[in-house]
Amino acid sequence: MTRIKIILTSLLLAFAVSMASATAPEVAAAEAAADNAEKKINPKKIIFEHLLDGYGWEVPFDHHHRIPLPVIVRASDGWHCFSSAHLDHGHTYTDGGATFVIAGPESKFAGKVVELDRGEEIRPLDISVTKNVCALFITVLLVSGIMLWLAAFLRKHPYRAPRKGLGAVEVCVTFVYDGVIKPILGPQAKRFAPYLLTVFFFILVMNLLGLVVIFPGGANLTGNIAVTMVLAVCTFIATNFFANKHYWKEILWPDVPMWLKFPLPIMPVIEIFGMFTKPAALTVRLFANMMGGHMIVITLTLLIFIFSAMSPVAGGATTVVSLFFSIFMLLIDVLVSFIQAYVFTMLSTIFIGLAHEEEHEKDDHAHKHDIGKEIIDTLV
Amino acid sequence: MELFTPDFGLIFWMFVAFGVLFLILWKFAWPAIIKGVDSRAELIDKGVEYAQAAKEQLDNARQEAESYLNDARRQQADMLREADKMKTQIIEQARVAAQAEAQKVMDNAKLQIQQQQKEARQQFRNQVSDFALQIAGKIVHNQMQQDDARDRLVDSMLDEIEKNN
Repeated sequence: MTRIKIILTSLLLAFAVSMASATAPEVAAAEAAADNAEKKINPKKIIFEHLLDGYGWEVPFDHHHRIPLPVIVRASDGWHCFSSAHLDHGHTYTDGGATFVIAGPESKFAGKVVELDRGEEIRPLDISVTKNVCALFITVLLVSGIMLWLAAFLRKHPYRAPRKGLGAVEVCVTFVYDGVIKPILGPQAKRFAPYLLTVFFFILVMNLLGLVVIFPGGANLTGNIAVTMVLAVCTFIATNFFANKHYWKEILWPDVPMWLKFPLPIMPVIEIFGMFTKPAALTVRLFANMMGGHMIVITLTLLIFIFSAMSPVAGGATTVVSLFFSIFMLLIDVLVSFIQAYVFTMLSTIFIGLAHEEEHEKDDHAHKHDIGKEIIDTLV
Repeated sequence: MELFTPDFGLIFWMFVAFGVLFLILWKFAWPAIIKGVDSRAELIDKGVEYAQAAKEQLDNARQEAESYLNDARRQQADMLREADKMKTQIIEQARVAAQAEAQKVMDNAKLQIQQQQKEARQQFRNQVSDFALQIAGKIVHNQMQQDDARDRLVDSMLDEIEKNN
């Protein structure tokens, strides 16, 4: 108990200190200096810099150096792989026969690595290990480490409940497995549990890492539409590739009056459309929720600088209020991280469950279908 | 609007990373974890069931033991009563037998005593007659030694014979 208190207190203190030192005038000045040596700050630029991806990873209290990450691109003359440090501060870098630069804000490839070819910017095939990709790897390592640890423990002591940290992980596993997967999927639970549990912990760890302000965290990963889209596509695959006959019959020849499906296939079209709206809803919900959380916190922090630029008194007052609200929002975000991971998993489970309904249990089926639809309606 | 356009590199790496993570966990982690959790839950369920059954059995056993004890107590009482009855019966029988035996012995003794009395009496009679004869003999002998007495007797006897004839 006392240990947890100490950890929490030190975390909060570290957070408060980082916030407070960020408010110090010289740091603010440095921030401003970094912003093309203008005295004004550009909140939009800072917000988007945080929300979007980057080729390096910011270091706390240092606006000139970033942790360099590998840039991997296929330019006109083949593959290139070099450190992102070469491209910092708008420098151009010539690797072999190609010259690269990070496109400026007025380019249509703003913020991305482009190849300079006779004054023209060409966007190469870019699979760089960016900040988000690096955070992705860290998440994979963390999740697989934790789960392999738990699996090893359970293999070693088959009938013993783990305690402390591992116990908390196990509680989460049973929370999802016994609370969501088993009741919804029933006999199919064992088959889809690996995917659904992986999704849950992957999202949860990504969300929580995003809330940590310094190095291993801070990437707005689940607030990136590419990440949530891939997850939703996986759910789409899991739903449709393993669906039973009844599911396809419901889509292509649903149980509705004849004129709704022949000669004009109105219902089938709607149902097929529905197949794609489900993953789209999954994508957007997770993305919007997490991005929103990050945006609010960084905006609250930026308020300090905006008001400080007006007058020191206003800045001082805003510091207190912003700090309080930021901490409050971060705590809410911890909750949201869990809820969003849970909701994504639950919806995926429901979608998969709907693809495994059996026809013969007519009443029960209609009832379950209603519940599923209801849940979807309330959440979408 | 860059926020809403997914980046190819990230999609690529996301597929790779998520695929690798899924494969690792699918192969090495989830089966063990789910099996562990399920088997433990089963064990706990079984344990509870077993404990309930054991408690029931214990209750039953207690009841059974109680009934056995009661039975035994009743049997014991019965046996005691039986034994008591038997005891009095045996004593009675023994008494009756002893009495009969005693009677027999006494009767025998009486008979013997009577017999002996008879014999004694006979003996006594014989002895008395012997004694009397001896005495009479002695007296007669003595008297016969005196002449006058002898004569007198002969006379008397002769008288008597005379008288009779």
